[in-house]
Amino acid sequence: MIPSAFDYARPSTVQEAVRILSEAGEDAKVLAGGQSLIPVLRLRLAAPSLLVDLGGIAELRGVSESGDELVIGAMTRHADILRDPLVARYAPLLAQATATVADRQVRHLGTIGGSLSHADPAGDLPSVSLALDAVMTIAGPAGERSVPASEFFVDYLTTAMQPGEVLVAVRVPKREGWGTHYEKFNRVAQAWALVGVAAAVRRENGSIAEARVALTNMGTTPLRATAVEQALAGALASADAIASAAASAAEGTSPSSDVSASAEYRTHLAKVLTRRAVAAAGGIDAA
Amino acid sequence: MTVTDERPAAEVGAARRRKEDARLITGRTMWTENVALPGMLHLAILRSPMAHARLVRVDTAPALREPGVVAAFSGRDLPAMGLPCAWPVTEDMVHPDHPALAVDEVRHVGEPVAVVVARDRASAVDALAAVDVEYEPLPVVTDMEQALADGAPLVHRDKGTNKSYTWVFDSAAAGTGGSTEEAFANAPVVLRRRYVQQRLIPSFMEPRSVVADPTGDQYTVWSATQIPHILRFLLSVVTGTPEHKVRVVAPDVGGGFGGKLQVTPEEVIAFAVAQKLGKPVKYTETRSDSLLSAHHGRDQIQDIELAADRDGKVLGLRVKLLANMGAYLGLVTPGVPLLGAFMYNAIYKFPAYRFECTGVFTNTTITDAYRGAGRPEATYAIERIMDELAAELGLDPVEVRRRNWIGHDEFPFTTVAGLTYDSGNYEAATEKALSLFGYDALREEQKRRRESRDRVQLGIGVSTYTEMCGLAPSRVLGSLRYGAGGWETASVRMLPTGKVEVVTGTSPHGQSHETAWSQIVADQLGVAFEDVEVLHGDTRTSHKGLDTYGSRSLAVGGIALVNACQKVIEKAKPVAAHLLECDVNDLEFRGGAFRVRGTPTEEPGKTLADCALAVFAAHDLPDGVEPSLDADATFDPENFSFPHGTHLCAVEVDTETGRVSIRSYVAVDDVGRVVNPLIVEGQVHGGVVQGIAQALFEEAVYDADGNLLTGTFVDYTLPSAADLPDVVSDRTETPAPGHPLGTKGVGEAGTIASTPAVVNAVVDALRPYGVNDIRMPCTPERVWRALQGGAS
Ligand SMILES: Cc1cc2nc3c(=O)[nH]c(=O)nc-3n(C[C@H](O)[C@H](O)[C@H](O)COP(=O)(O)OP(=O)(O)OC[C@H]3O[C@@H](n4cnc5c(N)ncnc54)[C@H](O)[C@@H]3O)c2cc1C
Repeated sequence: MIPSAFDYARPSTVQEAVRILSEAGEDAKVLAGGQSLIPVLRLRLAAPSLLVDLGGIAELRGVSESGDELVIGAMTRHADILRDPLVARYAPLLAQATATVADRQVRHLGTIGGSLSHADPAGDLPSVSLALDAVMTIAGPAGERSVPASEFFVDYLTTAMQPGEVLVAVRVPKREGWGTHYEKFNRVAQAWALVGVAAAVRRENGSIAEARVALTNMGTTPLRATAVEQALAGALASADAIASAAASAAEGTSPSSDVSASAEYRTHLAKVLTRRAVAAAGGIDAA
Repeated sequence: MTVTDERPAAEVGAARRRKEDARLITGRTMWTENVALPGMLHLAILRSPMAHARLVRVDTAPALREPGVVAAFSGRDLPAMGLPCAWPVTEDMVHPDHPALAVDEVRHVGEPVAVVVARDRASAVDALAAVDVEYEPLPVVTDMEQALADGAPLVHRDKGTNKSYTWVFDSAAAGTGGSTEEAFANAPVVLRRRYVQQRLIPSFMEPRSVVADPTGDQYTVWSATQIPHILRFLLSVVTGTPEHKVRVVAPDVGGGFGGKLQVTPEEVIAFAVAQKLGKPVKYTETRSDSLLSAHHGRDQIQDIELAADRDGKVLGLRVKLLANMGAYLGLVTPGVPLLGAFMYNAIYKFPAYRFECTGVFTNTTITDAYRGAGRPEATYAIERIMDELAAELGLDPVEVRRRNWIGHDEFPFTTVAGLTYDSGNYEAATEKALSLFGYDALREEQKRRRESRDRVQLGIGVSTYTEMCGLAPSRVLGSLRYGAGGWETASVRMLPTGKVEVVTGTSPHGQSHETAWSQIVADQLGVAFEDVEVLHGDTRTSHKGLDTYGSRSLAVGGIALVNACQKVIEKAKPVAAHLLECDVNDLEFRGGAFRVRGTPTEEPGKTLADCALAVFAAHDLPDGVEPSLDADATFDPENFSFPHGTHLCAVEVDTETGRVSIRSYVAVDDVGRVVNPLIVEGQVHGGVVQGIAQALFEEAVYDADGNLLTGTFVDYTLPSAADLPDVVSDRTETPAPGHPLGTKGVGEAGTIASTPAVVNAVVDALRPYGVNDIRMPCTPERVWRALQGGAS
């Protein structure tokens, strides 16, 4: 479990990081918490010639407010998210999902930016970023650009970022008055989700005004369950209505079959977990 | 010398905290991986990516050009050294050669193909990529039934068969019971089931590691092994090095569970390379190497048939096993299922029994001992089918067991498998377990949930078990064609200051021998617990022993220890008599001191420490008295010991997702007298969760090409504390008769008992849905599928 040899750089600003990366070309890799990258290197599934460690860039770590948005620095650790008061107030879904990520050790090293950049469809935070309508701030040689979560995840382990680009921050619209829930189903406590469902629900009087539902591990990217969202919009806040909406949770998904679960079982789980997630988010007893 | 008048409180039975913990927990100790010697070189091993292939070419020369590389070898470059199998279970067993480093052919993924030696580990690993190997693929077989079919690809082409052996026990032939044919012919109830013991990976915490250091014609080998003594003997045999020139050290070892009861290719390769280069070398496996190539456990298909009358009395039992050997035979591979052969009849009085086991070669990693070795498999099958019998007859599962078990007044009891159970009280353990568990209340709740068609159903599982531990009477091992005996040895050395050094032939790797042995010696010799040091695992200090496995250390080694202490006291007697100026026959030894019989205990008398000092000075000893109190004892048991217990498990099953959660778990074990309840609880707890892991979580999976799909802990789902229940653990105590301490064994009990308790509970929850079995591990998907099938 020894990685191939590599060079190492530890810039102290984003600009410097971008410069080093663009000079080094495709063979360089960004290192954040290392919780996904280091295992890949140790198994020799990748052998980058240069690692650019973002750990020395102070501006990348922490959560702040900017108007209607929370701005979460890419190097904010999972453990930071769990105790951040702004996250607790405006984006509790993120904390709920982050609490299910791996174990304590991993959560003290892994970062939100690393999780999103890694774009593992089995990761918990990509689907959460979809459900929250998050927007990614990306820095590159040509300056900064913004990419919404819905366009950020393009394929298995692939994002809209180009070589030389760095994810700087995740911007999350402040949501007050929404109920949220992350429902994760895994084989053992510190394992990846077989399927996960991120749900955010805004209730008005006796009905569901709006809902956001996103799925973990139901395809090569995290997916929005749009059919469910549409069925829920304006629906009665009842167990029956939720159950009937959740029945279409697997529409448009393409889950894999592997040693942990079959596609058929994942499809079944997506429906059950969506019903449970939406009900919990909406504060409705789904029995 | 001052003497306390008080006899110290008994140590045996006290919940002493472990002596070894301070160094183990702080890491201020020696693991094999910590060994660093001047000039030491590092090995990296190239492993086959193919499950079966002819080695057309293994060219190590390019690796020699890589930085830091000192040497590189293929199987052709090293002397032929076959790995040993010590248990040829039948005369005609097919026993293929097992080269440490493959020569012409590889037969499983992970088999060593070449070794690179470099100045540092990273360079050795880097250079593996430069070794040029050409593989010519050969057909692969991983499934046992396919392997036995006509025209199946052969794992060993020269052997002409994938069958290693068939071993049969028949109670009619052995004269230990009746004929199963008759029993089945007339039985009103016959049940037939197939159970599958999935393949498991022992997953000890410390990966295996070995250092071999040649100095002149002497070799020191450090290894993370359970068996330093056996390893010394076999390294000497395999490499042709005289035994007295080989020293093996097992320093602190981080767990084994049977997984380090092996003479490994890596140990032999390290030895051979050290010998060839005349330099110390080290190899430490990665976790990936370990999961892939350290021996696996279980992997049996069990066809079991039970004949009974309508009252639930069992009339006969027939078991037909297929046991996956993997590609070769490891140290005790063929014998593992046979350890189960004597346990299928469990705690019951069955009149007729037949057992047949066929060992099968496949293109997979070898299997061998894993916690319980044969006994968990047997206990699982019988305890599962006893539940099926209860269901068939509409009886409570506990009641069916009651109708068949051996009564407490029937011991010693000779079973249909020919073993004589020493003692036990199944009634008492079961009563205690039922009441701790709240059995009746849970059955009530189960009824309510069934009636209300609750989404979450409750299941209750029971398992009663016994096991044979204290391996083993040497004569019995001989009759089973095992290559060694089963005795154990201990030495007690009295130091001049009265402190005691104990050398044990057992080799702890998590079992707390230093603590327990100190407690025993403290009571025997009347010295303080703190004044005893227990030495183990180095063949230079402990030249003799048969090491630790099969819950044998206390059951066998404990008696050797007591006997050695008794010899010390005997040797001290003439010295004490001389010091007290009395006759030897007037002496008594109590509370650590010799006194003239009848003198009050206020009298200081002469302690062992006094005697130790006297023999050290040796100025004034009676004629003919040896100036030493030290003594050795070796003990060979006449019988196994048979702990037993009753475990109860309640599970909740989410019928929508198939998720099983353990709600409560009660373990009542009878392991005879207890030396240290903390240690016993730890062993029970660890054993129970390892058994739960088999029931619900773990499985090593190969694809049809022989690739291990569960090669990391991401896919081999080892549960952690977060996935496991609190275990309520309690005991009954039926002392082992004839054992001076009355102890049995506890190392494997939890693992043996818990797997069937959990699966019985899962099946119990689902019976109303038409489900009567679920393959292990009972993953959510398997449970869900069973529910789909049962409902349709
Ligand atoms: C045992 C274990 C269990 C786990 N279980 C879970 C789980 O249940 N759920 C879950 O969601 N995750 C899980 N993880 C993954 C964990 O959340 C990781 O922390 C996360 O996926 C990666 O974050 P990181 O900061 O460690 O990134 P790294 O490993 O450092 O990087 C990951 C990838 O992202 C790239 N990258 C990182 N940061 C940036 C950036 N700012 N800009 C551009 N590219 C970047 C890297 O180049 C690399 O390709 C687990 C990890 C482990 C080790």
